[in-house]
Amino acid sequence: MSDYILEMNHITKEFSGVKALDDVNLKVKRGEIHALCGENGAGKSTLMNVLSGIYPFGTYSGDIMYNGELVKNHNIKDSEKKGIVIIHQELALSPYLSISENVFMGNEQTTMKGVIDWTQTRNKAQEMLEKVGLDNENLDAPVNSLGVGKQQLIEIAKALAKKVDLLILDEPTAALNDEESAQLLEIMLKLKAQGITCIIISHKLNEISYVADSITVIRDGKTIETLVKGVDEFTEDRIIKGMVGRELTNRYPERNREECPIGDVVLEVKNWNVYHPEDADRQVLKDINIQVRAGEVVGLAGLMGAGRTEFAMSLFGREYGQKISGEIYMHGKPVKIKNVKEAIANKIAYTSEDRKTYGLVLINDIKWNMTLAALRTFFSKNGVVNGNDEIVAAEKYKKLINVKANSIDQEVGALSGGNQQKVVLAKWMLTEPDVLILDEPTRGIDVGAKYEIYCAINDLAKAGKAVIVISSEMPEVIGTCDRTYVLNEGQIAGELSKEELSQEKIMKCIMQHNNRKGA
Amino acid sequence: MEKKKTVNLNLKQYGMVFALLAIYIIFYILTGGSNATPMNMNNLIMQNGYVVILATGMLLCVLTGNVDLGVGSYVALTGAVAAKLVCDMNLPIPVGFLAALAVGTAFGVFNGFFIAYLDIPPFVATLASMLIGRGLTYVFLAAKTIGPVPDGFKFFGAGFFISNKIPVGDGTIEIVTLIVAAIATILIIFSEKRSLSAKRKYGFATPPAWQTIVKLAVILAIIWFYAYKLARYNGIPIVLVIMAVIVGIYFFITSKTVAGRQVYALGGNAKAARLSGIDTRKVFFWVYTNMGFLAGVAGIVLAARAGSATPKAGDGFELDAIASCYIGGAAAAGGVGTVIGAVVGAFVMGILNNGMILCGLSTDWQKVVKGLVLLGAVTFDVISTKRKK
Repeated sequence: MSDYILEMNHITKEFSGVKALDDVNLKVKRGEIHALCGENGAGKSTLMNVLSGIYPFGTYSGDIMYNGELVKNHNIKDSEKKGIVIIHQELALSPYLSISENVFMGNEQTTMKGVIDWTQTRNKAQEMLEKVGLDNENLDAPVNSLGVGKQQLIEIAKALAKKVDLLILDEPTAALNDEESAQLLEIMLKLKAQGITCIIISHKLNEISYVADSITVIRDGKTIETLVKGVDEFTEDRIIKGMVGRELTNRYPERNREECPIGDVVLEVKNWNVYHPEDADRQVLKDINIQVRAGEVVGLAGLMGAGRTEFAMSLFGREYGQKISGEIYMHGKPVKIKNVKEAIANKIAYTSEDRKTYGLVLINDIKWNMTLAALRTFFSKNGVVNGNDEIVAAEKYKKLINVKANSIDQEVGALSGGNQQKVVLAKWMLTEPDVLILDEPTRGIDVGAKYEIYCAINDLAKAGKAVIVISSEMPEVIGTCDRTYVLNEGQIAGELSKEELSQEKIMKCIMQHNNRKGA
Repeated sequence: MEKKKTVNLNLKQYGMVFALLAIYIIFYILTGGSNATPMNMNNLIMQNGYVVILATGMLLCVLTGNVDLGVGSYVALTGAVAAKLVCDMNLPIPVGFLAALAVGTAFGVFNGFFIAYLDIPPFVATLASMLIGRGLTYVFLAAKTIGPVPDGFKFFGAGFFISNKIPVGDGTIEIVTLIVAAIATILIIFSEKRSLSAKRKYGFATPPAWQTIVKLAVILAIIWFYAYKLARYNGIPIVLVIMAVIVGIYFFITSKTVAGRQVYALGGNAKAARLSGIDTRKVFFWVYTNMGFLAGVAGIVLAARAGSATPKAGDGFELDAIASCYIGGAAAAGGVGTVIGAVVGAFVMGILNNGMILCGLSTDWQKVVKGLVLLGAVTFDVISTKRKK
């Protein structure tokens, strides 16, 4: 049957007695885009690692047929020789090398042994870049001068340079905004037209149902089903049902208004102006005015680069920007916040969009991470830490927001993304804030964990906290927020109530704002 | 899930202690027991006191993911300042000591300022300090040795705590040492009891009684063995008192205080630490200032023990201190390590040195062995952590 480019049959992979994959079957047709769905920890990445040879032949049972032949990959080089290339979620680019150098990294174009042929490198790099829609890039620019979206495309160009037949993309759009994601999906379709088979792993189900020809759902290390476009129902709800094993009737838990009345204004920011940290003439935020009430969840929507994270970071102890001006009022009283410590003292909390870099000390355990921000205020006396109080608090919050870990002594680096996010949330809840700014609180985490994070947000609102949610996923803003500010190019483009909030309204807001500025 | 009320002690924590004992016993056999004579046991303390002091300060630098390359030079310069003031200028000893501590601290402030507030990489800043400090020492001493220092000065490197010797058999035994050991025994048992009862009060799991007893028995056996040996010699060296006070203070700071936790957090992830309200610049500043201060203490102790100040003093001490931290389980990337580990690491090197001298190995070979032990200890640590994952 040469109809299938890849058949993985009865794959079982154990890690010290625990079955990460249990009799998994995956069949990919030649020239299709095949999506792999499942919650975090379901085994998607393990399966792809088996395929690409990271887990070499013999460490798993079952067999892999590629182009009708039995495959015995011992390492990544083996699989790349066969035309199987995997692009991981974390980009594998060398930031200071040029674009063309990165395209041929590990695959250098040489004349003699080991001497790089620069003419060929540049010509071929240009050719590869055109295939991914990057026609007008400076080939000699360092790759870190590009945005994440373009860097992702460079990764694909790099794969194409290796003469790929089967391209595996692990969460390619996790760090991209809607526009960039859409561009990437178009390129996938283009590659498909050129006969390249793709496997895509993604949590963004709307993208999958748009781009994929068939979907294999994995749950708890087992294949649940394979859905085929045009044959089976191909909606997001249908996929989620397969992933979680039940129908998730409401992806955004309802807030009960009676339990959670909206109170007085807690945080008010007036005339907030911020300039770029490295360019004193570039104004990043202009005259931002917002207010948030107790028990209210306020969204900050906008495109990538609109200034949402910059706003939050500049508010949170001036961690971003320079020449910051404007007033902050807490409960109606003006406050001065010069650093993070003062922000925490004024009962403001901020969870970063990048939990691994800015949120957690990955080599420390759950307990230490949870108490870090509140250590001086709530867990110490005269500078001496009360370790036992720490244990009590960590155990309490582990239970409260359902952090799945063996114990509070487990390293957070070993937790899944969803559980790491919960630890970050607990860390800031422990500072007993009145205002929580949650920046991309569900980025890259699975549907089940997302639901739990939304429930936690509801509980915070119920407890009378003022919550600001920054999100690039518009359905998330619509599903969770009572009121939404739309940011565009560093300015408030509009304010939408829950009733008028929709994706179209948000986009319209941004367009109108652009027009006004243009006029 | 039912609640377990007992939990096993983490053995890895004690791994280096066992390695230390093993090395000691090996040399005991190789040297026919001459590394266990009262005098040699006393020398172990006196010879390694300043390395222990430096390793304690260095651990904080290592925790931030960096090192201080200048400590050897600060030791030389501070010792020179103290000796010159006391010997050549006839100033009182306390004035000499304060000046030495001030010079050490000043170097720390200098490093701390460049590292914390001007973002100069610590490796570069302290490499510069190393050269500056060594150069100033030569200038200050005019490349000559100053000494001998008066007895009151020597006391801090070669003296002994108040002692009361009574004759026993063919020698003497010193009573104060035994009294101190007895007090230490009571304190250790008492604090262990207190921590256990606090754990029970909170309803936490505690280790089974036999494990606690074995742990305490091993610790007390080491203390009493050492106390007995010291008592058969001249009693407690002042160096031991200085060392114990410093190690005690820094053990407390690193394991029990907010300040200590901030150093760990900074070393583990500086960006996350900043966003958790930790003033990372301040932490860096104080870590390096502190290192300078402790180098001043070590400089005084070294000059006192040697009885003089020489421009070459303290050469290579920074590497001994850094190696002690790594042997004691600290991670080069920062965020991992303990004061006790660094002390044990310093003694591993000290006992090795001492044993090899007693075996008659040349200093050339000693360096080779030390290098191999450092590499071996860290390799073992890295591999066992990987396996755990």
